[in-house]
Amino acid sequence: MSQSNSVGLIDLQIMWNRLIAVVEEQAQTLMRTAFSPIVREAGDLSAGIFDLQGRMLAQAITGTPGHVNSMAESVKHFLRYFPVETMEPGDAYITNDPWMGTGHLNDFVITTPCFRNGKLVALFSCTSHLMDIGGIGFGPDATDVFMEGLYIPMLKLFDRGKVNETLMAMIRANTRQPVDTEGDVYSLAGCNDVGGRRLVEMMDEFGIDTLDQLGDHIIARSREAVLVEIAKLPKGTWHNTMTVDGYDEPVTLKAALTVSDNGIHVDYTGTSGVSKRGINVPHAYTTAYTVFGLGCVVATHIPNNAGSLEPLTVSAPADAILNAPKPTAVASRHVIGQMLPDVVFGCLRQIIPDRVPAEGTSCLWNINVRGHVKGGEGGNYGFGMAITSNGGTGARPDKDGLSATAYPSGVRGTPVEIAETQTPLIFWRKEFRPDSGGAGRSRGGLGQIMEIESGIAEPFDLLAAFDRIDHPARGRDGGGNGEAGFVALKSGKTLKGKGFQLIPPGDRLIVMTPGGGGIGAPAERERTQVANDLADELISPDSADRLYAYKPPQAAE
Amino acid sequence: MVSDLRIAVDIGGTFTDVVLEEGGRRLTRKLLTTPQRPEEAVLEGVRLILTDAGRGFSDIAVFVHGTTLATNAVIERRGARTALIATEGFRDVLDIANESRYDQYDLTIEKPKPLVPRVLRFTVPERLDVHGKIRLRLDEEAVGVVAGKLAAAGIESVAVAFMHSYVNPVHERRVREILKVGLPDLRVTLSSEVCPEVREYERTSTAVANAYVQPLMDSYLARMQAALAAERFVGTIYLVTSGGGLTAIETARRFPVRLIESGPAGGAIFAAQVAARAGEKRALSYDMGGTTAKICLIDDFTPHTARLFEVDRAARFLKGSGLPVRIPVIEMVEIGAGGGSIARLDALKRVTVGPESAGAEPGPACYGRGGRHPAVTDANVVLGTIDPADFAGGTIPLDLAAARAALQRDVGEGLGLPTEMAAYAVYEMVSENMASAARVHAVERGAVVNQYNLIAFGGGAPLHAARVAEKIGVRRVIVPPNAGVGSAVGFLAAPVSFELVRSRYMRLDRFDAASASELLAEMSAEATALVAPGARGQATFERRVAFMRYVGQGHEIMVVLPQRPLVAGDADALRASYERDYAVLFERHIPNAAIEILSWSVQVSTETPLPAQQSAAPATQAPVPSGRRPVFDGRSGRTTDVPVYRREALPPGSAFAGPAIVAEAETSTYISASFTAHIDASGCIVMDRRAG
Repeated sequence: MSQSNSVGLIDLQIMWNRLIAVVEEQAQTLMRTAFSPIVREAGDLSAGIFDLQGRMLAQAITGTPGHVNSMAESVKHFLRYFPVETMEPGDAYITNDPWMGTGHLNDFVITTPCFRNGKLVALFSCTSHLMDIGGIGFGPDATDVFMEGLYIPMLKLFDRGKVNETLMAMIRANTRQPVDTEGDVYSLAGCNDVGGRRLVEMMDEFGIDTLDQLGDHIIARSREAVLVEIAKLPKGTWHNTMTVDGYDEPVTLKAALTVSDNGIHVDYTGTSGVSKRGINVPHAYTTAYTVFGLGCVVATHIPNNAGSLEPLTVSAPADAILNAPKPTAVASRHVIGQMLPDVVFGCLRQIIPDRVPAEGTSCLWNINVRGHVKGGEGGNYGFGMAITSNGGTGARPDKDGLSATAYPSGVRGTPVEIAETQTPLIFWRKEFRPDSGGAGRSRGGLGQIMEIESGIAEPFDLLAAFDRIDHPARGRDGGGNGEAGFVALKSGKTLKGKGFQLIPPGDRLIVMTPGGGGIGAPAERERTQVANDLADELISPDSADRLYAYKPPQAAE
Repeated sequence: MVSDLRIAVDIGGTFTDVVLEEGGRRLTRKLLTTPQRPEEAVLEGVRLILTDAGRGFSDIAVFVHGTTLATNAVIERRGARTALIATEGFRDVLDIANESRYDQYDLTIEKPKPLVPRVLRFTVPERLDVHGKIRLRLDEEAVGVVAGKLAAAGIESVAVAFMHSYVNPVHERRVREILKVGLPDLRVTLSSEVCPEVREYERTSTAVANAYVQPLMDSYLARMQAALAAERFVGTIYLVTSGGGLTAIETARRFPVRLIESGPAGGAIFAAQVAARAGEKRALSYDMGGTTAKICLIDDFTPHTARLFEVDRAARFLKGSGLPVRIPVIEMVEIGAGGGSIARLDALKRVTVGPESAGAEPGPACYGRGGRHPAVTDANVVLGTIDPADFAGGTIPLDLAAARAALQRDVGEGLGLPTEMAAYAVYEMVSENMASAARVHAVERGAVVNQYNLIAFGGGAPLHAARVAEKIGVRRVIVPPNAGVGSAVGFLAAPVSFELVRSRYMRLDRFDAASASELLAEMSAEATALVAPGARGQATFERRVAFMRYVGQGHEIMVVLPQRPLVAGDADALRASYERDYAVLFERHIPNAAIEILSWSVQVSTETPLPAQQSAAPATQAPVPSGRRPVFDGRSGRTTDVPVYRREALPPGSAFAGPAIVAEAETSTYISASFTAHIDASGCIVMDRRAG
């Protein structure tokens, strides 16, 4: 290798690291400036840089998988509507089209061209979850996408630096939270600008005029690395089926996972058809979570980009809930989409059981609430908030599952004190739910119990989008199932897992999130671990005795 | 005559540094830390340095003490048997934390283990709402029952952390009263005193950390006081806080959590002093040791501060993998990039450096103590920037062949690169990692990094500073003398101070000047009282700050308040000030959005005059190199003979051009071809970027 090529290789590696730092900065800026609580407190966002062919070169570590991998596709759609030769400095483009963005109207995707010395060099894209986009609200009750809120086609948000006032007026007029929503649009545009500025600095420093060579290097190296990992797996096809609650009837998710020399393909033939309600999943979102599940197992430390994603492919029949066409309702598509890593793991555990966890809660148990406030509303109409919360994850082969932890979603939980600042609600309880983790040699993670009451003499709306109430996370290899989720009023009435319901003042909403499944026979669990769980009251004396066959020392006397 | 003899001690993980200043002179000593009884190395070091100075313990006027003991107690889980009392229904705040995974793709992560296990987390019925109104009265009988359990479990220290106690501490205080009746020796930490800020996880975590380290720090400080008294010490003892201020022992014993991370704070103060002397209004301190590099922004000779810190981060320094402590700290980024950081190729054949470190044992391959993997120091030896015969003043001979072999095996072979290029790749990558950290850190603080100049200290920074400066576009690099004991030197320049932060919600469009003034006056009185035992009558001054954001946003910007009662008209000035800062940080401000204040801070400090800016040193004759060394430059692919100067032989005013090496016992400074250098009046090596 010649000397200059050696320097070239080292520089390429350094610039690759730099791109990852640039998009991380983009994501951090978005998080710091966002208004939407689910973005600023919980990190429901993504950010990335793309080349002029629309290939994703780097994505921020901060963010959530459903956004990232679907945004990777989204930029290609932007390029169809806004060809590179039409792009001008100061432009920014926007959409919330579920089929060209990240799967529901609440996610705004903004793409900004980046120019250096007057020449277009890259695209920055970002997306975040806005709290209210009008329509029926952020719940699964709509019967088509038009009921779900304002639908923004591919439009220019900024034209050579000038904001599209007509569009902003339309947005403000179509949400219950005009102040926050407008603020979030600015925040999205701003973070792309920060990324662009940093990229130009890098190109100046290394004296490069295009990202072509760097992009090819990143993509080739990443693809190769994923293929090396896949080559270690046996070839063949493996099947798995998992059934979850759905809206008004159970949804069966059926997968055939094929490992070949070219990569891994997951096909969802046999999966249930589209739902009448808003739990349908556009294909990009199906791909996003399928590929994320695969990535966690076969490509853990390979950066996410067009190259590492390429060998991982997904298909689903045209009428399936996992390939829902416009205009099906899709607002709560995460409830089904986030189940897909579990479906994929069910295939993979037949090949590599030591690297794959048991089923977990998987879908976020966001408590979506809406209602009126007393006193001034600051330009918004009432309050609306998705209070992010989670159940337990599935047991790992050699470790317990994680309690009250998001997986596969990357969002964080909402602090109770923040939720109570943003809404007039009072939480009377938010703590672990004993005995909810599936018993096993390794135990499933625990869910949690929450009790929530209106703090004023007004009811509030629950826009429920919960799953695993009828179909708990399954244990395996002798491990027990996680406890199913449960939603009710304190006064006794059991509530539905999905759909709009009113919580009257003076009563309390009880939410019990599911536990993760266990792995291996509970009787084989280390006795000290059972003793600790018992002392910590994570399991009851009855479970210790009945499930784990554990006799506390004093009882044995 | 009143003695002005002052001693500072910094207890680090490996070394205990001692610095003595008296009149115009400064002496230093470095000893191995004695982890079991840290006071032994401290006393031994003080004894030695006093002998060096021809003085005794009774001559010491001021004794300043920084320590990582509190940090280590948390990391090694050696704290007290601690319990938590929380609001009923909130037993698991510490475990539920923020419900997230700090590594998106890794299915095998473990979450940080809380300092208090669930079995020792108790709850009692009580509830305040977000406005501080009592929604459920404290059940005092339940508190009595918990007290019995604490006694039965042999608890030494307890934290009380109730929901919204930052607005109204009434229930937490009542719990302390009740506990003290039956358990007078129990140490009680109230979250409303140690961290009166919104967000229950961080507040509870901070209160628990304080309770956890309190007995240990108490007994250490008592032993230290007794040992000094036995030596006839009659001066004043100060402890260094994470915020970079000094505090009296009484205050330190109440809030020992404030002592976490005091060593690095000393480094930042040291750099601030260097900046003042050199007249650098915007400086970036860059401290690179054996295991990590730390970077801190210093504006107007004041290090940036933050309000949240994570202790005991899991591997890879990942955000979110540690225990949060919400206290005023000097804000730094720390990355796993030191002289001992190990280089290797990852699955994608990318060169990676750190965070694993070869440490002191076995050390880098060139130490010849059995280290097989190449470290950053090995790369410097192969490139020629470190002289293997003159490392640590020649006390540790280095094995060049071992360094070459390790680099070739772990890096060169996989990439098909010759050994020198492999070394260059490691050097470049570690420099890039630090440049990246500096860049991201600057952005998070709204700073433009190339407007800053670097102040480089610690063993490794002077070797890499020129390259890091090139990468981030910095024009000037300063390498001060005494770089090896910078933290302890910094302690002697720190003011006596204490900062209080409280959450109190207020919208700017409904600005309530009277209630804000009342809160600030209350905080001012409290902070003044906490500073008084240390200030001992010295004049103090205050800094008042509001943390503001657009209504609905989640992150605040700090706005400085006037030092007087606020009036209604101040709202406009606050808005203007906020919007200006926001636009600088985030490119755009948001038209017509309402603004709210979340928290308020009052800091009371003694005046510590900054060193005056020095005048330029008169030029002297061009210095004569003590020798020349071959240094490999990967960018040109050439090896060049580079002049080597001995630092002690360079008087102020000496000027020379890069490439050059300045060697000294503690470290070497590499001046690349894009810099010229001179020695300033205080002995700093000042490197300036050539024009063009």
